[in-house]
Amino acid sequence: MRTAFITQLIEEAKINEKIFLLVGDLGFSVVEPYSELFPDRYLNVGIAEQNMAGIASGLAMEGYCVFIYSIGNFPTLRCMEQIRYDICYHNLNVKIVAVGGGFAYGPLGPSHHATEEIGMLRTIPNLVVSAPGDPVEAKAVTTFAVNMAGPFYIRIGKAGEPIVHKEKIDMKLSLGEILKVRNSGDTAVFSTGAMLKYVVDFVEQNNISASIFSFPFIKPINKKSLADIFNSYKRIITIEEHQAQGGFGSAILEILNDLKEEKMISQQPSVKRLAIPDKFYSVAGSQNYLRSLAGLELHKEFFI
Amino acid sequence: MINTIEVAKEIRRLSLKMVYEARASHIAGALSMADILAVLYSDFIKIDHAIPDNPDRDRFLLSKGHACTGLYAILAIKGFFPIDELSNYGKDGSLFISHTNHLIPGVEISAGSLGHALPVSCGLALAAKRKKAGWKTFCLISDGELDEGSNWESILLAPQLKLDNLTLIVDYNKIQSLGFVKDVIDLNSLNEKFKAFRWETFEVDGHDHEALKRVFKNSQDQNNKPKVIIAHTIKGKGISFMEDKLLWHYKSPTKDQFYSAINEINNL
Repeated sequence: MRTAFITQLIEEAKINEKIFLLVGDLGFSVVEPYSELFPDRYLNVGIAEQNMAGIASGLAMEGYCVFIYSIGNFPTLRCMEQIRYDICYHNLNVKIVAVGGGFAYGPLGPSHHATEEIGMLRTIPNLVVSAPGDPVEAKAVTTFAVNMAGPFYIRIGKAGEPIVHKEKIDMKLSLGEILKVRNSGDTAVFSTGAMLKYVVDFVEQNNISASIFSFPFIKPINKKSLADIFNSYKRIITIEEHQAQGGFGSAILEILNDLKEEKMISQQPSVKRLAIPDKFYSVAGSQNYLRSLAGLELHKEFFI
Repeated sequence: MINTIEVAKEIRRLSLKMVYEARASHIAGALSMADILAVLYSDFIKIDHAIPDNPDRDRFLLSKGHACTGLYAILAIKGFFPIDELSNYGKDGSLFISHTNHLIPGVEISAGSLGHALPVSCGLALAAKRKKAGWKTFCLISDGELDEGSNWESILLAPQLKLDNLTLIVDYNKIQSLGFVKDVIDLNSLNEKFKAFRWETFEVDGHDHEALKRVFKNSQDQNNKPKVIIAHTIKGKGISFMEDKLLWHYKSPTKDQFYSAINEINNL
């Protein structure tokens, strides 16, 4: 996803001279192709994320479409107030990109586990919150972010995730779009971010009759599309690499409740949420190990 | 030639009126910077109230947003909006919030949380450099907000970026929210600190208009160094019973105090 992001950003920057990339002294062997091509629209601000968000705001006020890039919690939690007040309150054209969403940097420990930011960012007005599920979605979200004026958060995974959307490699997204990946049965799995490949593999390898939807957008989510899905399935399973409180599953439950209240759905499916159970994990571990520890796993019996 | 002394008096009167009528706080910090604003807006920065969004204008960012009455006053005096509109200050539904509001003509950014405007100013100055534009960026911060780490991130970076088109003005009134600066976190020697961070530094009596005019004029060399003007000021300046008193960071004047204060300004 990381490669898909930077590759697409370079393509966009070739045709859009407003694009400016700021990095917080991170991005080794990722951002160099960009910085070499566009030295006038690139800056390493050093290890100073609050300043990075402020500088991005100033550049955006002068017409640039500014991407700020760093790892997990650094361009998000570390400068949350700058995101809220400078970027989002002033509704500036700044795109916040965090690599290493969820447990992607698992062995590096909780400092590098980005597992709370969606809940925090989701509460901020004007901000679009996205978590693409594979390199194809990462590419499409990058293009979408460039073409939509205003604050935007992109949570991407790491390098090397396999492509899920093999037949839609040039997909275009609309705001809040939900992507149907597989259509079968009366249970639907809702996946956001880098959990997607795991979900697809599990369902296919176990010959499970279930539909799979990928949510590249966590805020907003197209309510009409979601209402159609709720009307078509008895059971929903949400899965995300994020704390249960305030994350993707929470967003789904909130919208489900609102749709019911607004009488836009004729039935209310049950929702099982797979998310991190309000815990930190102070052990060494790969991404898969930590996901397993946090219970981010599907089981056949969920589909009976 | 504009009489900046009279402009400063008018800033003080209008600020006092806003704070008095709205029963609001933060008058003392508006009074400490009134002379700086009067000189800057009358004599130095290039802005035109008729075209507040002119891309070639100089940018002025007030970081100590709680002192917004001073900024609202100078903008009204300079014609960005009618002076009458200041009577809406603090009223329900008014744009005149008790911290700066970027939706008001002439206000570049909203500020209220401290330590925000300098990083944004660096972004503006960087944009001007990259676009090879000649306009300049001025940022006015309080002394107390130099406690914020975000400011020091910018103070480190600005010389690296050779932002000689950026002028930082410190309203060094020596009082912060809960006490004297020297008792909370002593900033001395502020000048030496900025020098060590590779800034070109200037110190000035922030109430001496001729000195302010000189320092603004003399601090614009294109020498790759960002500029800091440390303006030594008195919190509550111009009103004898408010000067150098922590209380007036919070208190709103009574009717008697308000008229007494206006009298003092008129007789200055």
